[in-house]
Order: sequence, then C-alpha cells, then structure tokens
Amino acid sequence: MNLIAKVPPDTQDELSFYEQAVSSRMLLGTALYPSPQVMADAVKASGCQIVTVSLRRESARGKVGARFLELINSLDVHVLPNTAGCRTAKEAVTTAQMARELFGSEWIKLEVIANDDTLQPDLFGLVEAAELLNKDGFKVFPYTTEDLGAAERLVAAGCRVLMPWGAPIGTGRGLANPYALKTMRNYFPGVPLVVDAGIGAPSHAAEAMEMGYDAVLLNTAVARAADPVKMATAFAMAIEAGRMAYQSGLMESRDMAAPSTPVAGTPFFDLGAPPKR
Amino acid sequence: MSRTGTCSSAGEKIQINVNGEECSTQARTLEALLISLEFTKIRVATAINGEFVPASQRASIQLSTGDNIEIVSARQGG
Repeated sequence: MNLIAKVPPDTQDELSFYEQAVSSRMLLGTALYPSPQVMADAVKASGCQIVTVSLRRESARGKVGARFLELINSLDVHVLPNTAGCRTAKEAVTTAQMARELFGSEWIKLEVIANDDTLQPDLFGLVEAAELLNKDGFKVFPYTTEDLGAAERLVAAGCRVLMPWGAPIGTGRGLANPYALKTMRNYFPGVPLVVDAGIGAPSHAAEAMEMGYDAVLLNTAVARAADPVKMATAFAMAIEAGRMAYQSGLMESRDMAAPSTPVAGTPFFDLGAPPKR
Repeated sequence: MSRTGTCSSAGEKIQINVNGEECSTQARTLEALLISLEFTKIRVATAINGEFVPASQRASIQLSTGDNIEIVSARQGG
C-alpha cells in the first residue's frame, strides 16, 4: 500500500512545525472522500503525519463528530484543525478556541475568507486574528497569499510557519504565480513555508517542492481522484522527488540549445556543413 | 432537531437559537441545555453570541432569551 515507504527517509532532512518534527512533507485534508474508509486508506498511503480537520454544527443527539474523531484518532497522525468558512477575525478566534478544546491541540490552520467566489484570504482579518491567537498561546498556521507585507505582519505576530496559496481552494490549477512564490521563498529563508490550496496534480506539488517549499497541503486533488488511495501515493512520491531535486540543486535553464553529447570527435565534423537540398 | 421538540419541557421557557434554529427551552444554563439536547456523552465545543464558552464554564453560564448558541463537533476539513 505505502509505496513511499520504499524510499529510505533522509534522517538529516528534518522538518519541524513549532518544534514538532515530521518526516513527511505532505499535509492532507480529510474532506470530500467517497467514504471515511477511503479517507483513512489515503492518509495511510500518503505517509502524511498531519491531517486537517474542521468544526461544524452538531445536531441534537448527533454522534457524527464522535465517530469522525474516533477514526482520526485511529490514524495516529497530528491533527491540524482549520477555521474554514470564517469571514471575520472574531469568528476565526472563537472557532480556534472551540477547536483547541475539542482536539486538545494548540495548532490551528487559520483561515479568514474574504470572498465566496475566490475563497481568498482576507489578509487584514488574518493578521488581526493571528495577533490575537498568538497572544492566547496558539500555534498558528496562517492560510495566506504571496503578499510579503502581510507575511511579515504574520511573522511579527508570532507565526512560525506561513502557508501561501498555490491557487484558489479547490481549483486544482497549480501554482498560479510561481514568480511570487519563489520571491516569498527567498524572502523568508528561515520560515517553514507550505503551499496550501490549488494543487491539482502531483507535478504541481513537485514544482512547489523544487522551489524549496518545505511542504505541501492538499485535499481535493486526492479526495476527488478516481482512485484516491493511489493518488495519495502519487503525491507522496512527487513531493519526495521535488524535495530531493531541490536539495540536489537544479540546473539553470537557458534560451539556446547546448549539446549534451560531446562535440569533439563527431564523425564527418571537419567536412563542413552538408549541402542544402 | 425539531424546532421546539427536543428542547421543550414543562415550566417557563425562553426562546433561544441553537445552531441556527429557534429553540424553546426550560434550560437556564448551557449545561442544562446540552443535557436536554442529549449531548451529555458527546464531545462538543460551545459558544454563546460568538464568544467561546469552555466546558468548565457551561454550568455557570446563564442563558437569556435571544441567545445564539453554537454547539460544534469534529468534522472533515481541508
């Protein structure tokens, strides 16, 4: 099942979020799968150690949450609750406080949404909520854009990880603004950076990792695949490959062709160019 | 949840809103409300009028007519 386990983990290449070391550079969402069992199998196949979850209204006598919590706990992964759907800093802060009590974790994936069509982060509300939550002892994973000013404010507020979008949530369009993402990587060399949202294919995830991003967070691309379990493995391999490529140092691209086969000793080389026909 | 069913009982009632639905209840504390709605053994988190209410404060928080109560639990998320 877990093909990625065949790749020996690089023990020298550790990633930590708020002092918590993880060996997998994939964070996986738990929504939109065909069934809870497929979700559980996909999480196992991915080898990921962090999954995102949410809070939603529970109905009277309802046990939906209890069953879901039991399944998540059986996966033996770190839980990263989100504030998905929150439109103000206030809503996000209250949701984070409820999540901390329910999941027993100070980790929070902070989302403050500005617009229903784009689901883009409201950077003003995001910074406001991050400041309040950091003061309250939370370990904030802010879902943000590539905006460097907002990112600086988030870091100043105490965030020790940043999660810029690749493209709007659920679009699967990949890295819409690679230049801005590269700039952000260079601007914050010491801050763990996670591309969150918009990833549609393993190649998108590999591209983010090749840029030097520390990890990738995705959900729909795995959950909505025809075979989510196999796709989870595909993403895990792509993320691993992208990381190894980044560590290996990619070649510089160039505009003109350059032969890879040695020119010296080419037969007929000294006979001049063949006659034009 | 029926609009009045599970949270109605004998005695003077107040009108509150639970998870977006109107609710007529005799409960005067958040804890009493959770018991009347049979949440007692289920892990939930709560808020009143947009403010988080820790589990430890549910017995002491008084409910008033017009309060908006949120009762949430774990769900799938991205």
